[in-house]
Order: sequence, then structure tokens, then C-alpha cells
Amino acid sequence: MKLIRKKAAEVSSSRSRFAGEAIDRRTFLRRSGLALGGAAVATTLPPLMMRKAQASMTAPKAGVDTKLVKSVCTHCAVGCGVYAEVQNGVWTGQEPAFDHPFSLGAHCAKGASVREHGHGERRLKYPTKLVGGKWQKVSWDEAINEIGDKMLEIRKTSGPDSVYWLGSAKFSNEQSYLFRKFYAMWGSNNGDHQARICHSTTVAGVANTWGYGAMTNSMNDMRHSKAIMIVGGNPTEAHPVSMQHMFYAKERGAKLIVVEPRFTRTAAHADHYVRIRPGTDVAITWGMLWHIFENGWEDKEFINQRVWGMDQIREEVAKWTPAEVEKVTGADEATVKEAARLMAENRPSTHVWCMGGTQHTIGNNNTRSYCVLQLALGNMGTSGGGTNIFRGHDNVQGATDMCVLSHSLPGYYGLSAGAWKHWSRVWDVDYDWVQSRFDQGSYEKSKGKPVKPMNTKGFPVSRWIDGVLEDKANIAQKDNLRAMVFWGHAPNSQTRGLEMKKAMEKLDLLVIIDPYPTASAVMHDRSDGVYLLPAATQFETYGSVTASNRNLQWRDKVIEPLFESLPDQTIMYKFAKKLGFAEQFTKHIKVNDDEPLIEDATREFNRGMWTIGYTGQSPERLKAHQKNWHTFNPNTLQAEGGPVDGEYYGLPWPCWGTPEMKHPGTPILYDTSKPVAKGGLNFRARFGVERNGESLLADGSYPVGNEIGDGHPEFSDKLLKELGWWDDLSADEQAAAEGRNWKTDLSGGIQRVAIKHGCAPFGNARARAVVWTFPDPVPIHREPLYTSRYDLVAKYPTYEDRKSHYRLPVRYASIQAKDYSKEYPLILTSGRLVEYEGGGDESRSNPWLAELQQEMFAEINPADANDHGIKDGQQIWVEGAEGARLKVMALVTRRVAKGVVWLPFHFAGHLQGEDRRAKYPSGADPFVLGEAANTALTYGYDSVTQMQESKCSLCKIERA
Amino acid sequence: MARMKFLCDAERCIECNACVTACKNEHEVPWGVNRRRVVVLNDGVPGEKSISVACMHCTDAPCAAVCPVDCFYTTDDGIVLHDKDLCIGCGYCFYACPFGAPQYPQQSAFGVRGKMDKCTFCAGGPTADNSDAEYAKYGRNRIAEGKLPLCAEMCSTKALLAGDGDLVADIYRQRVIRRGGRPQTWGWETAYQS
Repeated sequence: MKLIRKKAAEVSSSRSRFAGEAIDRRTFLRRSGLALGGAAVATTLPPLMMRKAQASMTAPKAGVDTKLVKSVCTHCAVGCGVYAEVQNGVWTGQEPAFDHPFSLGAHCAKGASVREHGHGERRLKYPTKLVGGKWQKVSWDEAINEIGDKMLEIRKTSGPDSVYWLGSAKFSNEQSYLFRKFYAMWGSNNGDHQARICHSTTVAGVANTWGYGAMTNSMNDMRHSKAIMIVGGNPTEAHPVSMQHMFYAKERGAKLIVVEPRFTRTAAHADHYVRIRPGTDVAITWGMLWHIFENGWEDKEFINQRVWGMDQIREEVAKWTPAEVEKVTGADEATVKEAARLMAENRPSTHVWCMGGTQHTIGNNNTRSYCVLQLALGNMGTSGGGTNIFRGHDNVQGATDMCVLSHSLPGYYGLSAGAWKHWSRVWDVDYDWVQSRFDQGSYEKSKGKPVKPMNTKGFPVSRWIDGVLEDKANIAQKDNLRAMVFWGHAPNSQTRGLEMKKAMEKLDLLVIIDPYPTASAVMHDRSDGVYLLPAATQFETYGSVTASNRNLQWRDKVIEPLFESLPDQTIMYKFAKKLGFAEQFTKHIKVNDDEPLIEDATREFNRGMWTIGYTGQSPERLKAHQKNWHTFNPNTLQAEGGPVDGEYYGLPWPCWGTPEMKHPGTPILYDTSKPVAKGGLNFRARFGVERNGESLLADGSYPVGNEIGDGHPEFSDKLLKELGWWDDLSADEQAAAEGRNWKTDLSGGIQRVAIKHGCAPFGNARARAVVWTFPDPVPIHREPLYTSRYDLVAKYPTYEDRKSHYRLPVRYASIQAKDYSKEYPLILTSGRLVEYEGGGDESRSNPWLAELQQEMFAEINPADANDHGIKDGQQIWVEGAEGARLKVMALVTRRVAKGVVWLPFHFAGHLQGEDRRAKYPSGADPFVLGEAANTALTYGYDSVTQMQESKCSLCKIERA
Repeated sequence: MARMKFLCDAERCIECNACVTACKNEHEVPWGVNRRRVVVLNDGVPGEKSISVACMHCTDAPCAAVCPVDCFYTTDDGIVLHDKDLCIGCGYCFYACPFGAPQYPQQSAFGVRGKMDKCTFCAGGPTADNSDAEYAKYGRNRIAEGKLPLCAEMCSTKALLAGDGDLVADIYRQRVIRRGGRPQTWGWETAYQS
């Protein structure tokens, strides 16, 4: 068809009449993209070829049978349903999933374009290695052999800890589980994934407050909220479909409050907007709580029954007078009080937070302060309330639960000998064999005793570069990292880009396993020792995926893997074979043609994940839910009638006991209005039964039907015997449960009996407002390392430097000792765009999305622009406080406050002004490239989880 | 007989661009041609609003009035379509259109316009329904399959509504009553004289 051939970028001729005087982001970008978009397309592939290839491959054909396949969008953790139309194995159409309980047919720009995955014109097409600076095609066998040989050699000379296995939140649950098992059997804790740099501080902060580190309610449940407060989140761009549920509430009178440094598109829909200085979340939260306490708005009965430590919080909050809050955050008394009033007078009110709250050196303080606010208001465990923590990637919740992390085994069992023994039993392998896989040396001490690498936290992904670059004498393992495997992880989502380049160049081996080459393929100047292996997308395999609200959704396979790509589970098996542990790896998992059977992986984690109730969700039950999307009520997510009547969609964890127990899932955590057997719960008894002589157990609060009728500790064989419930177990269950507790009894009997008597297996305790095991037991404000308010450092200093945390020294005070704010006067922060996701390699390779965002830019307030002689649309240099420079386009807008520069972080492929497009393998370069924001973002890590500080640094700007 | 209309609810539109990519996806519209787009007013300041715009399929369509080769026609459902075999790419319709809907593929910076392309309300064109030829020229014909435009069907917040004007108005009226605001049926007066 001649009419609509792709030729060059459009001329934006008609927009001005709608845009009027105001310049918007897209007019600006499209104008700027005039040459660029065309160049991007034209320079990489002749336009005629591209169009022809597309049309012939993917267009729906008349008169050909169409198969309809159900899947779930692979972009964010809202988990929207996808209906794919497939003809002759080609993905030819996408239909709205109106019967899907979360999305009700809706998508955002990303979800509405996932079919492009089925064309994948910019995908990595075959295994490739870098030889003398040139990409060279190799076979899968060659690649696995060469990589495996090199790894085994590194293992011999430097130990297993010198190879880093960086996994992905894009894995399905089964792949995540297999991946965690894979690097356990390789013999190292040096593995991690995106959760470290998105919500690790949430998981740690929230789990340590009340038991589980996850979203407590659901997107759908927000329909019942009377007020919704979003802090450091921008769901209109990051989780657009969640807004559907928020609007449902809002149009029935709910108040929407947005607390955020930037006037986001979400803020544009808010009833009340509070602008704060980046990095002052604790201060603003305590500022609101000050008003709540001052006016007696707190829920005293809830606090008395279910919270420990609120008195200590009161002491800290008393310091946050309106004047102090304004001084630190910039928000005045009336604005802060109004936010507090709206939350207090419109209960149940819910609290939503995202990266703006988590990515800080005090991220864990921030997340705990949000929890305390909700505890004070009595908003927990109730429909319409809760902490609705929006997770990022489609399966970041699941990958976190499977603990593709450097500090735990699946199900948050930790790394103690007991944890390893539990999982060795589940895997049915000898614990001694597992132990023998690890380095037997000892490089650090815990409580005065030497500890082995098997039991110590590995490097976090945020700091893998320090694992390479740090002096060997300062790291708590045998040798530096020498090989790095990026398995579904973009490097440009991590800070300190220039040091990362150095680290990549110092490695012996760099392996990238991904559907796209990613920036890892091009950001360094290596000439050899780099392998790119094409992984299939989630539409080319199948399995379960956990959405933000803890529910598991089953995906069917839409199409066969494109080109030479293979599903991740197959690649894992091939490596396990090469590295010599395939037999143990798949002992109880069927393998077909090198592909481990997904359902067997589900069943295996069902047998081990007792802690968080990933045990009831058998593949059969999940598939039944998928078949019956239409039977779930979107207001409650409960099936009404049909084959899964009464169950909650996706069996949100904890789904207690065995699948045969038919637990319906827990739609709202800690909700005492329902029996545990029907999805009710209470706070977890995770922190002992008393503290300083005070009981930590709940007082007079318990789920409906709890036969103890009060707080109680977690269940074990002993407790069952004491209660006289031991004989409720069958003989087989008794044999399995002897000497075990609710977390380690593989029969599930202890859980079954506890629930039979109306009790939560994990006990019934108070939430703790004070986490005495953390560096700051009461969450306090500390100034960022690179602060624009050096005058506040004396009063709110950061931590002292630490010698070893996650095997590495951590700098705090030594950086804050210097005042950078004179040389770098502007605050630098970052965020998301709706069209792109994460590092953006996938979405920038999708022409339908790439066309909408063609240029990396920086948002600058008009006052700052005028001070620097910068006009809208001009190229500028943004220089980070550690000296890295970004050449980007200026977008002059009042969206950011004076003194703040905002960058979207999805771009990559340019480095300090240099376009590195030529370095991509031919035909696999994304349509749009740009400077990676994180190149200029700086050092700084959370005191508990090593989350990177990517929301608050300093910069200076100048015209390019 | 139904009278098809679009309505974008600016209280709900969040400028997520799902409508734009859904359109690209459904019709494989090439880079540079946008049958639908999202326009933002007061970007970045209080009062910011966005609205999704495409051909509104006007009752008395100005494009049809000015077309020198008379390539436009209105279906029984009130959908304004055009015949690309007749279109000469003169661009008059672009000047006449109150919504900036007509699009022209750019051959080069100063090249010929090429034949006009615009939103079809997912109703294809004059060639046989759901034929390969129809798909190539006009995109998919969802109306013939008994479906509504994909942009509206996939809208993240149900801001964009498409379908029989009476039903669209009913849905919107209920919303307006619920939230106690004044109706703002942007573009309807121009497109449908109502």
C-alpha cells in the first residue's frame, strides 16, 4: 500500500491550534523529533523493507482461522489482561479483555502495543559474541560452552562468588524460582534483581512493621477508599490502569491527595497537591502526623490493640512543628494540615507510594513512616484503607517472593543454615552437597564468630560495580567479581554510569541474556568477552505472574519463540548442564528437550513457600482462575458462582496450606473482619512475644472465629500440643510436623489445624512502629548525601560510614562532609514516562511507542532556565555532582519547582554526548536512543537494603 | 439506526496514549501518521487537562464539503469515510477540518502530500469488508466484525467513549451526575451540532 508507507517523521502541523499558547511535552518532543525520528528509522533499515516486512508478517488475514489466547501484559504490576489473536502462529491482533477483573479491557500505551513483541523487528535474533570489536553470530552450543568454560575457570581460581547472576523481575514465578535455585546450586549468593532498586526498602520496612512486605490491599479495593494519598508516585504514567479504580472512588467523592516534588499528571487530577523538596518524606509524614496527634484524629483503640511503640513515635513527631516542616520540606502549615485532615476525615483512607519514597539513603525510614501514619489512623486491615504499594515490573512482586535477591532463599527464609536445610529438603538434595558448592572460606564475622559466604548476603545489584572495582582487601569474599550475567536487566536503571562503564571493561566476561541487546551491549568499550543470548519474551512461554496485589495470574503461550530465542527456563537448564548440576537442579522437574516443565516448577515452590502462603496456588487452580476471569466481581475480586465460587482472583498470598485445602487467598492483609479460612488475617507475630517487658501480642483484636480470642505466638508442633490440637493432625501429618513449625512443616498440617481453629499460622501480634533492629528504630529525617540544604546537615546528618554491609564498605558521612551545593546548585531527580518501561530497551524498540517519545530531555523551571540563558528546546549539559555529563534537550516547564531538574530514566545509548548507535548489533538498535539519566546520578545507598539513591542528588546545567 | 460518536471525558483522560498505540496496533499505521493523538492544555500547571482527538465523524462533515473529488461518504451509522482511490492528496480537507484529523504521509521534507489518511472509526473503507485490500488501505474493519473502535475499548480510564451517540451520552450523563460537575462534551457542538 503506497499510501501509508513509513518514510520519515511527521510534521507537527495541526497541534498548535489545540495547544494554544501553552507548550506541552509532546508538542515539544515531536517538534524536536522532526529530524531525529526520521533519522532513527532511516539510518538503521531502509524504510521500504521495514514496512514490507511488517505488513507481510503481522497483518491479520481474511478468511484464516483465528485463535484467541489469554495472557497478561508484561509491562507493570497492575497485571492487565491481554487477549491475543493468533493466525497460523502469528500474533495478528489484540482485543480488549473486558472480562479481566483488574483491567476491565483497559490498557495504557505500553499494554495497547504489546503485540509488537510478536514482530520484534529490533529484537536480538541469535546468539552473538564480540570478537575484536565486531559482533559475530555463534550457535547456542558454542555460546554455552565458551561461557561455561570461562565460568568454571573463574570458579576454580577465584571461587563461585566471582560470578554474578543478575536476574529479572520480567521472569515468571517459575523462572524466578528456578533462577534462585540455579545460583544457589552454582554456590553463591551473588544474585539479585530489580526489586533491590525499586521497592527493597518497602519490603524491608513494611515486613518489619507488620509481617509481610507487600501491598496490603489491591488496585480494585481502592474503589472503596474515601481518600487516597499518593506519595512519590505517578500512576498516570507508571500504572495508568490503576487510575480507573481511583477515578471510580473519586467520582463517588473520594479525595485524591498527591505529595510529590513534581506537579505530575497525577497531581493534575488531585484534589489536593503538596509540593515537597525531594528527600523529605519522613519530615512531611511526621508533619502530617503532628496535626493528627494535635487534633486527636488518631485511632486510639486500634493503636491500643494492635500497635507497639507509638509513644516513641509521638516523641519524634512532636519535634516536627509546622515551622520545622516548612523549613525542611518547603510545604506550609495550611497545606500540610489540609492533607492530614483529608486523610483523617475521610476514612478508610489509603496510602500509595512508589519510587519517590523508596529510592533514598533513608528509604527504609520513609516506608516505615508511611506505615506508622496508616497505623495511627487505624487504616490497616480494612477495605478502602491499607498501604497500596504499587510495584513496578509485571512480576517484580513474584521475583521478590521467590527471592531472586542476594539476601534470602525463596519465601524470605533468609540464608541461615536452617533456611538452607529447609530448601534442601524441598529440592530433595543433600544439604552437604549444597554446602559443598559454596566457597568454604570466611571473610567476615557476625557477633564475633566467623561466617561463611553461604550464610552472608551477596553483593546487591545496586553495587555490583563496587564488587568489581573495590580493593579486594575491603570486600568480604574471596575475590572481586570477574564475570557478570545480565539476565533481563537494564544497566541504565543503576546509578553511577561512568563507574559502571569502567567495571564492565574490567570484567573477564560479560553475558547478556535478554530479548534485546540492552545498553549493556554498548555502554562499554570492550572488544572481546561479551556474549548476547536471545531470550524469549513472556508471550513466547507460559507460567504464573504475581501482580502488585499478591495475586497469581496464569499466562498462556501466545506464539513460539521468535528467531533463535529460547525461554529462560531452557537457557537455565542448558547452563546447569554445562556447569554440572542439572541433575540436582531438576530432580523433581520433568525436562522436555532441555526445557524444564513449568507446572512442575510451580508445584515445587508450592511445596516449599509456607512462610508467605505460595503453597495453595497449584497450576490447576491458577488455570481455572484464568479460564473464569468473568466470574470475579471487580469490586471485591471474589468469584460469584462458577467453578471457583468464593475464591479471590489469583489466590492472593497468603493462600494457606496445600492446594487441596482450597484456601480462597487473602485479598486484604490483616483484615480481622473475616475468618482466616476465608481470607481474614491479623498482624504477624514476627518479632517475638515481648519487648522491654511489654507484650508484643495483639490485645483483644483477632480475626472472626479465632478460638484463642486474643493475641498468640506463631504456630509450631509445641504450640499445637499445648493447645491440645495436636490430635487434629492425621498420623502422616503428625510425622511430618514433629519438631517443625508452620514454616517448615512440609505437610501443611500445622497450618491446616491452626486455620481450622480460626488462627493465623503466623501468630497474632501488634505491628511495631519502632523497628529496634534497624539503624534508625524510630524513622527519622536525614539529609541526602548530596544535599541542596547544607545548612540542615548539622541538625539532620546522614549515617557514619560503614565498614561492611552486603560485603562492601558503605560511605555516608565522608561524602556528606563536603558541601557540593555551591558548585552544583540544582537538585537532580528522576522518574518515568508512560510510553517506556524500566531501562526502556524493549519499549524504545517498539515503533508504536518510540514515535511518541523521541528525545531524552530534562525538565527545568523557567526561572532556572532564564538564570542560565537556556531556552525551551535547546540542547543543554546536565552535569551530576560526581562529574558525569549528559547532553539532553531542555523542556522548560513549571512542572518542576525552581531549583529542581527532572530526568526520565528510560533512555540509553548516548554517553556524555556521544551517540553509540553504531555499537549495537546490526538491526537490533532501539529506534530511540538518548542519555541515560542514571549516568549522572550519584553514590548513596539505603542503610538497610542498599537501595540506590536515585531520587535526590545535585547537578548544574549549561547551554550546550 | 445507531449514530456513532466519540466522546473524550477530560476529567478522566490521563494522557496515557493507550488510544494512540491501540490505533497504531490495530491498523499498523506507520511512523509519522497519527489518526489519533492526545492534546494537553496547561501542561505542568494546575488546571492541566488532556483530551484525545481524532476524526469526530461530523454530522455535516466540512471535509466532505470541500473535497474537490468528492471522495468522502457517510455510512448509515454516521461514520465519515473516504475513498483513497479517489483522493488526490490536495489537503483541502485538512484546512476544513475543525479537529486537525486528516494526516498525510510525508515523502520528504518538501515532497508531495500523498493520499490522506484518517481515523475510520475502525470501519474500514469502500473496499470489501475485512478484505486484505481494505486492511492495507484503511486498516481493520471492527465495525463489520460487530466491535467498536479499539482506541476507546482499550482506554485506561474509560475516558474515551465510542459507540452509538445515545449510549455514549447516557454513560457520560451518569458520570456527570455522580461527580456533580457540569457536562463538558468537548467538540460535540462542532461535530454533531448538539
